[in-house]
Amino acid sequence: MEVRVVNVRKEFERFPALHDVSLDIRSGELIALLGPSGSGKTTLLRLIAGLERPTKGAIFFGDEDASQKSIQERNVGFVFQHYALFRHMTVADNIGFGLKVRHGAARPSASEIRRRASELLDLVQLSGLEKRYPAQLSGGQRQRVALARAMAIEPKVLLLDEPFGALDAQVRRELRRWLREIHDATGHTTVFVTHDQEEALELADRVVVMSQGRIEQVGSADEIYDMPNSPFVYSFIGESSSLPVKVDNGEIWLADRPIGLPASNAASGEALLYFRPHDVELLDGCSGCIAGTVAASRRVAGTRRVELEIGGERQRVEIELPVDHPAAQKSRVAFRPRRWKLFPAS
Amino acid sequence: MTTAPAQAGWRFRQPSVIPGFGLTLGFSLAYLTLIILIPLSGLVWRSAALGWTDFWAIAMDRRTLNALEISFGAALIAAAVNVVFGTLVAWVLVRYRFPGRRIVDAMVDLPFALPTAVAGISLTTLYAPNGWIGHLLAPLGVKVAYTPLGIVVALVFIGLPFVVRTVQPIMEELDKEVEEAAATLGASRFQIITRVLFPGLAPAIITGFSLAFARGVGEYGSVIFIAGNLPFKSEIAPLLIVIRLEEYNYPAATAIAAIMLALSFLMLLVVNLAQTWSRKRYG
Repeated sequence: MEVRVVNVRKEFERFPALHDVSLDIRSGELIALLGPSGSGKTTLLRLIAGLERPTKGAIFFGDEDASQKSIQERNVGFVFQHYALFRHMTVADNIGFGLKVRHGAARPSASEIRRRASELLDLVQLSGLEKRYPAQLSGGQRQRVALARAMAIEPKVLLLDEPFGALDAQVRRELRRWLREIHDATGHTTVFVTHDQEEALELADRVVVMSQGRIEQVGSADEIYDMPNSPFVYSFIGESSSLPVKVDNGEIWLADRPIGLPASNAASGEALLYFRPHDVELLDGCSGCIAGTVAASRRVAGTRRVELEIGGERQRVEIELPVDHPAAQKSRVAFRPRRWKLFPAS
Repeated sequence: MTTAPAQAGWRFRQPSVIPGFGLTLGFSLAYLTLIILIPLSGLVWRSAALGWTDFWAIAMDRRTLNALEISFGAALIAAAVNVVFGTLVAWVLVRYRFPGRRIVDAMVDLPFALPTAVAGISLTTLYAPNGWIGHLLAPLGVKVAYTPLGIVVALVFIGLPFVVRTVQPIMEELDKEVEEAAATLGASRFQIITRVLFPGLAPAIITGFSLAFARGVGEYGSVIFIAGNLPFKSEIAPLLIVIRLEEYNYPAATAIAAIMLALSFLMLLVVNLAQTWSRKRYG
């Protein structure tokens, strides 16, 4: 089922949580809403589910306007960060709940519900735990039950709110891979919220980066990482360093000296230069480069992070060097970004 | 691990980081003996002095049986009423924000604090055939004051805070997300309440019920004003005990008391078992 969010605005007591957000989610897609806390990602997810009503705008499931429908009628599967299982019901009863509350002919027989529940338990790799209560399961197992429960109603869309947020790192990674497999096997249109960029980039077909109630960028992991379209996305996704520079004559200038980078398409004037700390080229001599004094040097896993003070204003940037690189011993390092991006200074 | 191998079978004490198990258990037992066990065993001992046939005669006396029936029956009905409306009051206090909520919240505790005689007198004044509420009910042929119905009204008043105060904190802990999950799965408002919320509240409701019931069985002060105290009709067992005492008929008084004790204990035991069962199920 394809989902379209059209010009949705949401205010909580006059405080806007989402400004005019539009998003097209393709059928069968696994899409991540990524952003820092307060960016409106959970609000957007809850609006799609019908747990909140938009102040303005509409949400379409296929051609149907879902904003006119109640939560019950929307037929969405929702998975909460803290599982929200029914603790007085067994695992099997939890999974069968959505089928049991149906009325009349829509409700399958008791044996059919049982069969569906054990089928789903197989899918989430928890066969044999039908009779357990949620309190008797580990966090990872509970979240699998929650997912099975959401899928039991054959939802049009599967919505997950920080599904792995409450789990420890090891289980998280495992469940991440597992969720991808389940998605590929079942083909549900799936939207999940996360503040963990690694999770979003690894798992999702497309990532929606959000900030302060707006969508900053939508794209595949490659697009988001390699072609960030705003300073926010550049600094939020992965490591980044930035420097205030000047654009003049189709060249980038740092304190009256060209740094050897062309800027043919950029408008002249003040700008911010963004680059990845690991994507730099070290230079010996300096005719057209960025040079700085080493202020600090830290060993981080397989690389060495060097902090440089640049120019008279002692602007600090970070670059990454191989551990055994001789430049790390020097007091002055010159480099030039291999790939970079300019944003107009705000 | 360097801990001792686990001992098989039943163990007297659970290992704990907090010392003083022996001291606290000893104190608890001594205290309970002094406060509860000695007076109660005195009661059993006194009534045992009566001899079995005399005891049985007093127990099977029509007046005694009626008084016990009224006491326990009215307490049961009042506790049941309180379960319904007490839960409702707790729901309103927990779920809604309205002006004066804190005042309503404080009002719930009044029956705890009010001298029961005051409650009895004011209820009687209200429900008497010429009282504010009584004169509205009189044309309908409903008599409240000086009937068993009046006893129920008094016990409802006395027992309400027990239900509200036991259910309220559990209700506050109910997870909003659980309700939302049920709603996304297609459950209607009614189904959410009956299938998701209520089972979670059941242990607390049972506790509230048993507290309100126990309080109702033992209530004296408020009831004697509104009950009218007609033997065989609206005479409660505690009053009968007082009457026997005033007649210097101590054996009869202790016998009735012992029966009340046994019945109360039995009913509380049943309620407790029900609770253990629901705790286990709803954990």
